[in-house]
Amino acid sequence: MLRDALRRRSGGAAPALLTGAALAGLLMLTPLVYLAVRSFERGPAYVANVLTRPRTGQLFANTVVLTAAATLVCMVAGTVAAWLVVRTDLPGRRVWGVLFALPLAVPSYVAGFGWISGFPGIVGFGGTLLVLSSVSFPYVFLAVSATLSRGDAGMEEAARSLGLGPVRVLLTVTLRRVWPAVLAGALLVALSVISDFGVPSLMRFETFTLGIFTRYRSTFDPTPAAVLGLALVALALVVTVAEARVRGRSTERVGRGAGRRAGPTPLGRWTPAGMLFVLVVVGVSLGVPAYSLTVWTVAGASAGIDGPHLVATALDTFQVAGLGALLTVALALPVGVLAARHRGRVVRALENITYLGFALPGVTVGLALVYLGIRVFPHFYQQLPMLIAGYAVLFLPLAVGIVRTAVSDAPVRLEEASRSLGRGRMQTLARVTVPLAAPGIVAAAALVFVSVARELPATLMLRPTGTETLAMAIWSRTGASQFAAAAPYAVLLVALAAIPTLVLDRVLRRRGGD
Amino acid sequence: MQITERPTSHHWRLLAAGAATALALTACAGSPAGDDAAPQDGATAGEAAALTVYSGRSESRVQDLLAQFEAESGIPLDVRYGDTAELVAQVLEEGEASPADVFFAQDAGALGALSEAGRLIPLDDEVHEGVVDGYVAADGTWTATSARARVIAYDSQELTPEELPQNLDDLLDPRWQGQIGFPPGNSSWNTFVTAVRVDRGDDGARQWLADFDAQNPERFNNNHGVIDGIENGQIQIGLVNHYYIYSKMEELGEENLRTRNHHVGGDPLGLVNVAGAGVMDTADDPARAQELVAFLTSETAQQYFVDTSGEYAVRSGITSTVYDMPDITELEQPDIDLADLRTLEETLEMLQEAGMS
Repeated sequence: MLRDALRRRSGGAAPALLTGAALAGLLMLTPLVYLAVRSFERGPAYVANVLTRPRTGQLFANTVVLTAAATLVCMVAGTVAAWLVVRTDLPGRRVWGVLFALPLAVPSYVAGFGWISGFPGIVGFGGTLLVLSSVSFPYVFLAVSATLSRGDAGMEEAARSLGLGPVRVLLTVTLRRVWPAVLAGALLVALSVISDFGVPSLMRFETFTLGIFTRYRSTFDPTPAAVLGLALVALALVVTVAEARVRGRSTERVGRGAGRRAGPTPLGRWTPAGMLFVLVVVGVSLGVPAYSLTVWTVAGASAGIDGPHLVATALDTFQVAGLGALLTVALALPVGVLAARHRGRVVRALENITYLGFALPGVTVGLALVYLGIRVFPHFYQQLPMLIAGYAVLFLPLAVGIVRTAVSDAPVRLEEASRSLGRGRMQTLARVTVPLAAPGIVAAAALVFVSVARELPATLMLRPTGTETLAMAIWSRTGASQFAAAAPYAVLLVALAAIPTLVLDRVLRRRGGD
Repeated sequence: MQITERPTSHHWRLLAAGAATALALTACAGSPAGDDAAPQDGATAGEAAALTVYSGRSESRVQDLLAQFEAESGIPLDVRYGDTAELVAQVLEEGEASPADVFFAQDAGALGALSEAGRLIPLDDEVHEGVVDGYVAADGTWTATSARARVIAYDSQELTPEELPQNLDDLLDPRWQGQIGFPPGNSSWNTFVTAVRVDRGDDGARQWLADFDAQNPERFNNNHGVIDGIENGQIQIGLVNHYYIYSKMEELGEENLRTRNHHVGGDPLGLVNVAGAGVMDTADDPARAQELVAFLTSETAQQYFVDTSGEYAVRSGITSTVYDMPDITELEQPDIDLADLRTLEETLEMLQEAGMS
């Protein structure tokens, strides 16, 4: 049904594409169906009752303020960081580029622990904002640096030649060009801040997601938590639609020729200011967690390191993260291609749906898969396929955005040429579109890999017997206040996640630069 | 096309290498998963099927004990660790098809909720034989396996036990102005406040919190911080769980430690909470599931708890060889049903209003 609707609305896309996209849409509906069923099982009056409690409003307000603030901080920090690394002569900018991407590999709860053990007074709104911003700004950094490095200095040079100063050019021409990338990154920041539980819990700042966990913990009843989850979906929908609206009004590059990379802007006497910015950002996002991990490790040397267990958990992590990345990218591809090439109401709705999972706490998505999975596919329950499907629901939006951008950037003329030369739709997709978008697809896979590697609540619920990830090992040790024993696992997780982060950084910043 | 093809093949190699590695790992891991699935369908006789345990108690605290059960009984366990509340939610969503045989919880409230939902089956009397009165569910569906108590930790260089508060109201004496430490936001503190609400009603609890706040108590990030505060003379007394001084003792040696525990009987200040276990209605083999719960209340397991984590045994006469602690029968539980401590939401609301969250 969805496939037919897509076909009618999407102007003759390949059937395989539509099937894939419909499958992705169906999978993404899982949490929504679950939340709706659970929320309304006691009637609408109960839903209204949960939603109208004064505390619910307070939590909602806290979440909106926190999300807005963190998104703003990340938009500014991520964009400035990307500009410094890609477009200026800042010393050591290649190294900074890698370090700016690396916080993606730091689980937010590890960063939170790092800060709170060093600065116990940081709890509250400020600490929550600081830590969440420090682990989320790479979303903006990566998106913006990809766009900036994709060449095309033409507009800026034209503006300069027409008499605009360098600052005016930066603020008008350059910023306008990267604006869609800033927004795409900001959307991911906003949704991940909305869904984060670890940091608000450590920092004792009461957000909506923390409220959902409190519901489970106090009433041991999934229904009120589901009602709050539905409200979170509504908030995510507002954010997603708003981003699409704002992005829709922005201008895209219209030139047809190959873009040319701009030469670096000399910072001159502003170099110290640039260095200061870089050092502060790296210190906040990596330095403090790294310092805490070092302290834990040194303190724990006496406790001993269980080498074989360390290796086993690393292999398990690699396995689930690798498979999660593969499935997620396979599903993101049809959605991304449709979103880039066939705008229409149904496609837009499909794209929006994919983002909703990202705004939900992992425990809610996990419970949705438990609820539907054990009823529909009992034989796959707590088996690898269901766990991997869970990761796809959680992280599809990370991949869809990058794939969509990559496909949009590939010249549609080449596809038209392929079709005119007698190639079928599928052949064109496989031989032209996908290869052109390959860097974006690899980047998407790397981003999903990192996110899966640090995921916890859904993994705990759905993992197959015997599977233990690094994130699980960290959690079980820090839960018993055994920070020393947790440290080696945390170090290994960051190291493992650093590999795809490096790939991601290389791929995104090399794009079109050759 | 020259321009696009070069980076392309490179990227595909990357992706293909990642895919191949992941698939190879799956192939390795695939076969044991398949073996595990078979006994679930109840086919193989002779080979012992694993008991599935949902454990809200952390792995590092209980895995050695559970391994001992496997060795002694010959029954293999498949333990799924998680947060107690999330595991309850999971079991409720799984419904009839749940693979869980035994539920091992961190709090009494979780077991109460499962029991209320009809998900726990009554335990045989032998299972909790010897467990002290009051530590088995009234309907017999679960038993406590270990206990922890709220205490007043105090500076033994400055104070004698006789001078210490004996109840909630004593704590409001001007003598303690600025001298009390507590860990706001900590879950055991929240449970204590819930106990105050159950004990005094919401208005009484609100009044008590306001008076307590007027004492200018010192806030600490966690229970360990409260103990440190006493050690360095910042405060004289602190509201914590009983076992937090033990790790400090190990670190400094008992003779170098100023802090001591003071047990308050019959008052929310001395609330005793428990971890416990029950058998699920979905247990494939209830008899063997009961065997595990019986083991958890056995003298062997009880000795393990008092020695490794410094929790109280729920049997009388188990003496810790490591920690200096009273017998559980010497603790006087306030007149509070632990199953009533399930209104955390309202507690958090009240703490927020009082500016103490």
